[in-house]
Amino acid sequence: MLSKTLHISTSPHINKGVSTDMIMKNVVYALIPVALFSVYAFGINALLVIITAVISAVMTEHLLCRWSNQQSTVSDWSAIITGLLLGLTLPPIFPLWMTFLGGVMAIALGKFVFGGLGYNAFNPALVGRAILQAAFPVAITTWHPAFLEDRFVSISKSVMAFPFTEPIVDGISGATPLSAFKFDQITTDSADLALGLISGSTGETCSWLIALGGIYLIYKKMMNWRIPVTILLTVFVLSGILYLVESQIYPSPTFMLFSGGLMLGAVFMATDMVGSPITPLGIVIYGIFIGVLVVVIRIWGGLPEGVMYAILLGNALTPQIDSLIKPKVYGSKKVMV
Amino acid sequence: MLTSLKNTFKHGVHPPENKEETNGLPIRQFPFAPLIILPVQQHIGAASQIIVKEGQEVSRGQLLAKANGYMSVPMHSPVSGKIRKIADVLLISGQTSPGIYLEPFPYSGQEVVVGNPISLDASPEEILKGIQDAGIVGLGGAAFPTHVKLKIPEGKTCDYLIINGIECEPYLTTDHRVMLEQADDIFTGIRYLLKVTGAKEVIIGIEANKQDAADHLSSKIPTDLPVRVQVVPVKYPQGAEKMLITALLGKEVPSGGLPIEVNAVVVNVATTAEIGRLLPHGQGIQERVITITGPGVKKKGNYLIPIGTPLRYVLEQVGAVDNISEVYMGGPMMGVSASSLDISIVKGTSGIVVFGDNEVRKVDKIYPCIKCGACVDACPIFLNPSKLGILAKFEAYDTMAEEFNLMDCFECGSCSYVCPSNIPLVQYFRLSKGIVRKRNSAKQQKSNA
Ligand code: SF4
Ligand code: SF4
Repeated sequence: MLSKTLHISTSPHINKGVSTDMIMKNVVYALIPVALFSVYAFGINALLVIITAVISAVMTEHLLCRWSNQQSTVSDWSAIITGLLLGLTLPPIFPLWMTFLGGVMAIALGKFVFGGLGYNAFNPALVGRAILQAAFPVAITTWHPAFLEDRFVSISKSVMAFPFTEPIVDGISGATPLSAFKFDQITTDSADLALGLISGSTGETCSWLIALGGIYLIYKKMMNWRIPVTILLTVFVLSGILYLVESQIYPSPTFMLFSGGLMLGAVFMATDMVGSPITPLGIVIYGIFIGVLVVVIRIWGGLPEGVMYAILLGNALTPQIDSLIKPKVYGSKKVMV
Repeated sequence: MLTSLKNTFKHGVHPPENKEETNGLPIRQFPFAPLIILPVQQHIGAASQIIVKEGQEVSRGQLLAKANGYMSVPMHSPVSGKIRKIADVLLISGQTSPGIYLEPFPYSGQEVVVGNPISLDASPEEILKGIQDAGIVGLGGAAFPTHVKLKIPEGKTCDYLIINGIECEPYLTTDHRVMLEQADDIFTGIRYLLKVTGAKEVIIGIEANKQDAADHLSSKIPTDLPVRVQVVPVKYPQGAEKMLITALLGKEVPSGGLPIEVNAVVVNVATTAEIGRLLPHGQGIQERVITITGPGVKKKGNYLIPIGTPLRYVLEQVGAVDNISEVYMGGPMMGVSASSLDISIVKGTSGIVVFGDNEVRKVDKIYPCIKCGACVDACPIFLNPSKLGILAKFEAYDTMAEEFNLMDCFECGSCSYVCPSNIPLVQYFRLSKGIVRKRNSAKQQKSNA
């Protein structure tokens, strides 16, 4: 008895038991209801866009790992998140070939060139979307009304556009609440907004499901609540002040909160751990920065929506924030700044 | 942060406590092994010097090895018996140290040799000498010679004597049992300690999961002693000196400094009890209380085990499972895995935690750092383990030390415990600190030459 060799490990010998792939998996779980609602609202077109984005992201990750002689990192689930998020930020009738290209770009240029998971400076899904926006400015702003009668049976010609051709717009197009406000000064009913009964990108319309996903992740301690809270609060307060000053010109703060990609961005994209600061104070600065940019771009910029650029700029600022904001080390006298 | 966390330090972690299986079990005497193996290196500092010969008969309590200078302690015989041989013995580090192989006589012959009793009227110097002569070292696990720690440097004063009954390591219940069963020894020990430190106030720090011990000690405080028991919330690593001082006094010990910088001295509660028990009789340490637990043992408990008892014998006696896979000496957060069962119980052994094949933690997949910040929120020293971990990979040891306070890391393991990517952060820091220390001493030598 008691003769076999012992297993040796270095301390600590116990672990909290939350692993990176578990966190990623849970983000996917939190996104599933959002994706389902999107299919419910926009039908088969949205389903195709989302699935294409996920497949292309996962495939690209797998192939790039293989080609560079590394073990495939698909099993950490992070490529699935990238694909899902990309799909959810595209218009419901976005051509599939463009969607596919976006997934490739997101992983290749948003993640792989930086060194893969953990080293990506920017949210890969947003990098993919930014590239698509630059390459296909028309297609990416061609919206489609939600809840059309035939949404579960008819596939839009635009979605099926032949690779390297511009899509044929079907005739019916739906302005998003933000573009309607920006270009035609039409305000959408806030209740419709919050419930997601509006047009927009596939997954950005149903704010409450997105918020629910966020609450789930915060409850699971897999998301830093400070990020969505500071972003949303900043947008609300800032646009609230503007609204109080001049309610004729400026949109109401609730409209600002529930329109466009703000909720999706604040909850699921700005919270990408890799691209956000590591200290609580740094995170608050990051959140305020993004919130201010969203308001500035939406109200004074040339675009109806600015969440994507705001978050990308926030990602870009993160290394600076992290090198400036260092908590005082226990027992040290100097405050390190 | 606006919330000022009262009675505890900031950050830290909450590992599952796993104490309930042994915290209700009274301390039991362990039988003598057929062969006792005593390494002379059981403490931090110079090894003890053997003064006995092979073949010699010794009695229980007899001096076997004397202290080799100030930073050293002597070693006493835990049992009456015959010295079989003097040869190298295996240490937990995998290194060897000279040691004594002692074969006990049958139980009836156990007698304790009495040395020079130290009375409470003795001078502080005499008491310090008495503590050294008793071979006392920190029983919390560090095994630092207690008389060195208690020596108040010239020009400093000690206001607070802190008795550490925190025992924040999961699984361990030795200090808990000592507080419940050895209150008188603890207070006698405190009397000696008050004398040597000149402290005005004594605070016994106990975590809330040992309320019974806190109540018991409170009820036993002698009226003439300035002692108070302070219960603090359960949190790891509150038993670390610096964290405990912050929890009890609200002060931070300066980086690189000792508790005396904030006029405090911290002594482990079991060490205190040992002082109170041994000094009046002039005895030396012969045994210590050890929690033996974990899913791999049948007879879990708190045992009074003679120093030098071979680990293999201990595990056989407590009915370790056959498929024993991993054994930690100490708790699971900071304890060290035993590489062999042929090591001995030493003065610093506070616990033995045994895991079988089925329970042992599988080798987890390591992912890249995802900058989740969990380690930053856990580090009680407010370091940035994520950044330090990345720098360690690039072997940027100087940057780690100079810009990111590597040397303040005391290897508590909180960062590794929370890391979802299973990055062996503490392991990196341990190695990096070693390299920095080596470089610094090389620099020193150069400048001295
Ligand atoms: S091991 Fe070092 S870096 Fe990690 S939490 Fe403890 S003190 Fe901080
Ligand atoms: S806990 Fe691990 S993954 Fe998270 S920031 Fe720290 S080192 Fe990186």
